[in-house]
Amino acid sequence: MPNLRRGATRLRIRGPAVTVAIRVAIFLLSLVLASVLIFVVCAALPGDIAQVILGQNATSESLAALRHSLGLDRPLLSRYLDWVGGMLTGDFGTSFFTRLPVADQIATRLAVTGWLVFFGMAVALLVAVPVGMIAAVRRRRLSGAVISGLSQIGLAVPAFWAGILAVFIFAVKLRWLPANGYVPLREDPMQWAAHLVLPVLSLAVVQASVLTRYVRSAIVDVLEEDYIRTARAAGWTRLGALWRHGLRNASISVVTVLGLQLATLFVGAIVIESVFALPGLGQLLLDAVAQRDLMVVQGTVMVLVFAVLVVNTAVDLSYVALDPRIRTARR
Amino acid sequence: MTKKLVSAVALALAAAMALTACTSASSAPSPAQQLTIGASLEPPTLDPTGSDAASIPQVLLYNVYETLIKIDNAGKFQPLLAQKWQTSPDRTGYTFTLANATFASGRPVTSKDVAWSLDRVRAGNNVAAASQLSVIKSVSTPNPTTVVVRLTKPSSSWLFAMASTAGIIFDSASTSDFATVPAGSGPYRLARWTKGSDLALDRNNAYWQRKAAFDTVTFRYFTDPNAMNSALLSGGLDVISNLQVPQTLPQFADTSRYRVIEGTTNGEVVMSLNNSAKALSDKRVRQAINYAVDRQALVDTVWAGKGTLIGSMVPPTDPWYTDLSQTYPYDPAKARQLLAQAGYSHGLRLRMRLPVVPYATASGQFVASQLADVGIQVTTEELEFPRWLDQVFTKADYDISIVAHVEARDMVRFADPKYYFRYDNPTVTRLVAEADAGSEAQQIAKMKQVAAILANDAAADWLFLLPNLVVTTADVTGVPQNATTLSFDLSSIAKAA
Repeated sequence: MPNLRRGATRLRIRGPAVTVAIRVAIFLLSLVLASVLIFVVCAALPGDIAQVILGQNATSESLAALRHSLGLDRPLLSRYLDWVGGMLTGDFGTSFFTRLPVADQIATRLAVTGWLVFFGMAVALLVAVPVGMIAAVRRRRLSGAVISGLSQIGLAVPAFWAGILAVFIFAVKLRWLPANGYVPLREDPMQWAAHLVLPVLSLAVVQASVLTRYVRSAIVDVLEEDYIRTARAAGWTRLGALWRHGLRNASISVVTVLGLQLATLFVGAIVIESVFALPGLGQLLLDAVAQRDLMVVQGTVMVLVFAVLVVNTAVDLSYVALDPRIRTARR
Repeated sequence: MTKKLVSAVALALAAAMALTACTSASSAPSPAQQLTIGASLEPPTLDPTGSDAASIPQVLLYNVYETLIKIDNAGKFQPLLAQKWQTSPDRTGYTFTLANATFASGRPVTSKDVAWSLDRVRAGNNVAAASQLSVIKSVSTPNPTTVVVRLTKPSSSWLFAMASTAGIIFDSASTSDFATVPAGSGPYRLARWTKGSDLALDRNNAYWQRKAAFDTVTFRYFTDPNAMNSALLSGGLDVISNLQVPQTLPQFADTSRYRVIEGTTNGEVVMSLNNSAKALSDKRVRQAINYAVDRQALVDTVWAGKGTLIGSMVPPTDPWYTDLSQTYPYDPAKARQLLAQAGYSHGLRLRMRLPVVPYATASGQFVASQLADVGIQVTTEELEFPRWLDQVFTKADYDISIVAHVEARDMVRFADPKYYFRYDNPTVTRLVAEADAGSEAQQIAKMKQVAAILANDAAADWLFLLPNLVVTTADVTGVPQNATTLSFDLSSIAKAA
């Protein structure tokens, strides 16, 4: 194949094993740095958990006693090492307020946010890939322009506004779906699904618009490549050539964007959780910050950072899978 | 690989959509026996001795946990776990005779449980409750149905505290963790607590008095007040326990579908003035500020005209209430004159440090512009609540602040010179102590005096009293008009079938 653009040359020199090793090393180093940063920022947060627990009637003696019993008077370094050491064994510490294990709380909340992000991304992809392709193939026709225009509008809509609008139409006016709240999957699968539809759609609207635009431009690039022209000359239809030769080539830039968007999806989920009163990670984080429940704050942020780093690493590694030129470089 | 993923996702999604289609017809048990209530703050813990958060008694007091005596919706004492109580002539001894009550576990409520609970509260992290019981000298249990409490001095506020969070009686034989599993004697038990979302109570079928009206009562928590409104509008709620955005009341104007109950709370929105700050230690400056703020206009602007003007630290449901709201009527000319007399005719700069809560930030803007009219330049700073507690509340590093004081009968705070008001008036301190030690008539008379002194002294600027704005669907009845305690008392509430 004549085309050697998009950094393939650089990757070929290193070979896939080295690429993977370097990525994993960067991943681990980032995790350590993040843990230090999270811990330091939490320790420096103004306001005091003991003060929040004891409230408006605290005395300096009762504050000191509570700080001691929570272990807040211990040196920062030993608190940090305890925290990190615990996390390595799956123990995220206990909440200052409820005295319950933080890991359990994060796990239940992560389930909610996880479904939200997963379905949000899935719906966005299901819409964006075909629609983006159509927009690219028909870019000189009216239908392509309409899709482009609609995705522009979708981009400009904040997810929370889409959520409020969806609630007004489908819950308040039509009463088809619950306005907000959450029912766990194992309690009642139908209610679970019903409660997720509006939040997922609100989240997906914006994501689908973003992705549609990227899919479209990636495919437009690919359509102008020589090998598509060659395939067309060999008798393939335009869509057939695209399906056979174009998609994988277009996917590299789309996957990159997907990784970046997944991080913003987590952020978007926090807003959506508030609009739809969903007990997800974002709500947990906001409540914990307001209460200065630092163990919960640290643990939650760490999990979010972990998720983003995993996605980024996975995206980088996926280039190896998607691009045969990288795989075959060993020869 | 991509293809596989896409088809898996598609399948899952199709399944989800298919499931959704049939939810509206999902079979729920007779809806009349279920009640769903929207609330804005979730309890940080379910242990009433673990925190003084008002969200804990909102759910648990009188519903899950009971006290020896109870405060009814008119603010009067009623027997509960104690069928009667006697006061010694010197008013330092109380003898409670227990009713024939049982805990949800089936155990009888005995004097031992009472003594154990009082100890537990006094040793707990709810410092407010612990200090309310600090006047207790001894608790003795001559027999299983009699509790004798001796006090170090006569105290009316103690008896009042015994009827609220501080007086909660725990099942002393329970081995559960009270932070997550309450063990009380009330008409409801905890069924489920989904943190961050909701808390469900179900009927205690072994309740020792008349059984509860509902099979299940669910408190759902909303950080976004508009989400709470949407939930009621879409049939996801029966009750909004207290409307956080009164401006949205017109949404519930359809009386065939909704009922709006307007009453009072114990939540005085106090614009605190740091009495130890240089300028504000001058009574004329504090008076000028009181004259400069048009409180009725403020309520109209920031709280949709809902809310009562009080003029002192007393809600209308307290026995010593008198209307002091006209002590300093809106009069900017007089405010300027007083400022000039105090030596600030060329202006005065003050720091307003506010907690980030809706009523405070909105009121703060309004007040700042009115104070600017009379020559007081206010620099406003908004602090997240934990920082506000540290900076303003603990260290009194502020000139002006605004916060709602939601506890019942909290005028006594002004008797403590170290409290963040930094109001040091020996007369008030003495009168509050005498009121606490005196008979009911004496207490009322002296507390009236205190309220008048505070108002005249302009010890603070009482902006307004937060309204109790409850919105229910039209089939819900019996919601108390006024919130006299922190409890959302379910006992009088019913729902038409």
